Amino acid sequence: MGQNPTPEADFTAAVDFEKVQQEPKFQELRRRHRSFVFPMAIAFLLWYFAYVLLADYAHDFMSIKVIGNINVGLILGLLQFVSTFAITMWYVSFANKKLDPIAAEMRSELESAAVEPQAGEKN
Amino acid sequence: MLPLTTTTQAETQVGEPWLNITIFGLFVAITMVIVLRASRNNKTAADYYAAGRSFTGGQNGTAIAGDYLSAASFLGICGAIAINGYDGFMYSIGFLVAWLVALLLVAELLRNTGKFTMADVLSFRLKQRPVRIAAATTTLAVCFFYLLAQMAGAGGLVSLLLGIDDKLGQSIVIVVVGALMILYVLVGGMKGTTWVQIIKACLLIAGAFVMTIWVLAMYGFNFSALLGDAAATAGTTDILNPGMQYGGSETSKFDFISLALALVLGTAGLPHVLMRFYTVPTAKEARKSVVWAIWLIGAFYLFTLVLGYGAGALIGPDVIEAAPGGVNSAAPLLAFELGGPLLLGLISAVAFATILAVVAGLTITAAASFAHDIYANVVRKGQVDADGEVKVARRTVVVIGILSILGGIGAQGQNIAFLVALAFAVAASANLPTIIYSLFWKKFSTQGAIWSMYGGLAAALILIAFSPVVSGAETSMIPGADFAWFPLKNPGIISIPLAFFLGWLGTVLDKRVEDPAKQAEMEVRSLTGVGAEKAVDH
Repeated sequence: MGQNPTPEADFTAAVDFEKVQQEPKFQELRRRHRSFVFPMAIAFLLWYFAYVLLADYAHDFMSIKVIGNINVGLILGLLQFVSTFAITMWYVSFANKKLDPIAAEMRSELESAAVEPQAGEKN
Repeated sequence: MLPLTTTTQAETQVGEPWLNITIFGLFVAITMVIVLRASRNNKTAADYYAAGRSFTGGQNGTAIAGDYLSAASFLGICGAIAINGYDGFMYSIGFLVAWLVALLLVAELLRNTGKFTMADVLSFRLKQRPVRIAAATTTLAVCFFYLLAQMAGAGGLVSLLLGIDDKLGQSIVIVVVGALMILYVLVGGMKGTTWVQIIKACLLIAGAFVMTIWVLAMYGFNFSALLGDAAATAGTTDILNPGMQYGGSETSKFDFISLALALVLGTAGLPHVLMRFYTVPTAKEARKSVVWAIWLIGAFYLFTLVLGYGAGALIGPDVIEAAPGGVNSAAPLLAFELGGPLLLGLISAVAFATILAVVAGLTITAAASFAHDIYANVVRKGQVDADGEVKVARRTVVVIGILSILGGIGAQGQNIAFLVALAFAVAASANLPTIIYSLFWKKFSTQGAIWSMYGGLAAALILIAFSPVVSGAETSMIPGADFAWFPLKNPGIISIPLAFFLGWLGTVLDKRVEDPAKQAEMEVRSLTGVGAEKAVDH
């Protein structure tokens, strides 16, 4: 077969993950990730359920015609599509700029640091 | 323009069965060649389960759309909008918004911590054996419900398209679909399955796009005029307003909230969707996959809005409901109305391809879960080589294929959209709480995971068994009996919060403390991607 399916599984055994977890750089990565995804998840779920409750209980309001036969309900429904697309693009640009650089830096540090001691240690 | 006359004549037998069969046969032949070519490099377990992690984000995103846009999405939502109007549209919003949960909270972290299955992630820092068994159990349960829905859909589609009305004929078609699916998955593994899904997604979205433009062109690209005509054909403007399906009583309104909860939280717990994240080389590609999937799925649901109201306007709810195949026949009838037998044949072939591709994706997920989680890690305790594991996976494919053929024959005539909503409710109750807790909550423990998974699964199944879906109403599975004490059709509003609560309770009552080193490793890996499996070179 020629290739080892999990070459990385060996070297990560040499990494002290608890120490890495306490590093300021990792703490910063985790803080950035969570302070974006948690508020965003809460926001879109609230907006979605606000829409569901309106469609479920406020029939008269949703049935008000705005342009021709297009009513408030249809516009709010289409806005759910718009907000989903917008949050997707927002998250991607956030992750590319704020998350990926730190993650990539830590990954290469850990991978190079882990390989060296392992050569002598025989882990 | 009065198109009603042509459809009334055509309502018992639409199109030319031989043409439909020929087009479908062509699809099978072409995909089979591609699957054979793609599968030449299938050697390791990573090849078989995860396509060597060699797909790009764009390819995988298209495959996710192919996996997700099942027959229920296409036929079910078009039909629901044609007949129930606005309430049908609300389904598609839930199905789309749900992807944000997968994008923000699950996809990348999961890709970084696992290898092949959902259980890899859930058992990462907890006790292997019990958590793996529980995760494999819920995976198999969700796959089974979803498979039943697709197989039942295949039978119903046939009655409309091939003019086969009797039960024996439909059963034969289910056997053929099942046999084809087994062949694809056996030969092609994840790589072949992924290509089938990519081709199918392109055909489905292109077909829906052409029909959408066609319908809009008939109304001078004036959507408001289309809505007006739909209301005129239906004889009521209620079709444009919410409440036609769920507005009837307080119970049905509450039922809709329950359904909405299951839809929005179910997607990120569907094992066959989660498994797709392992077919890409990095977490960044997993993110790109979800972004592609969101755009494709969102665009498709916008098309179904036009197609549903288009079918309502050009054919009319009464004709659709009277046609063989009922609600599910709205999209095929519209295709016939627009482009005659040829377009009908194409759209029908796409619908068949949809079922085939989704069934193949579910089967490989269930087989991977059994072979990787139960056989390799629990029965053999990891003491098995990749060849042995893949051999077991292939045998499991045959067993699952046969079971789903039998189940599909038994489930004929059941509502497809309902069966799929059920699978979503089980996924949201049994899987999602544990996924979220194990990724984000440091103290989460084995006992919490076990309580949440089994508790969520049991609650969802028990509530369904005693709901009006199974007994107590004319539309029930067992119309004669009445043992329904739970008033809602969808259990989500009870079972999902319960599963979250049980995960918390089990954890705070757990006397055993989990290994903090494992928790640290999982957290660091999930966010940085260190040590994540890379693509396999060939």
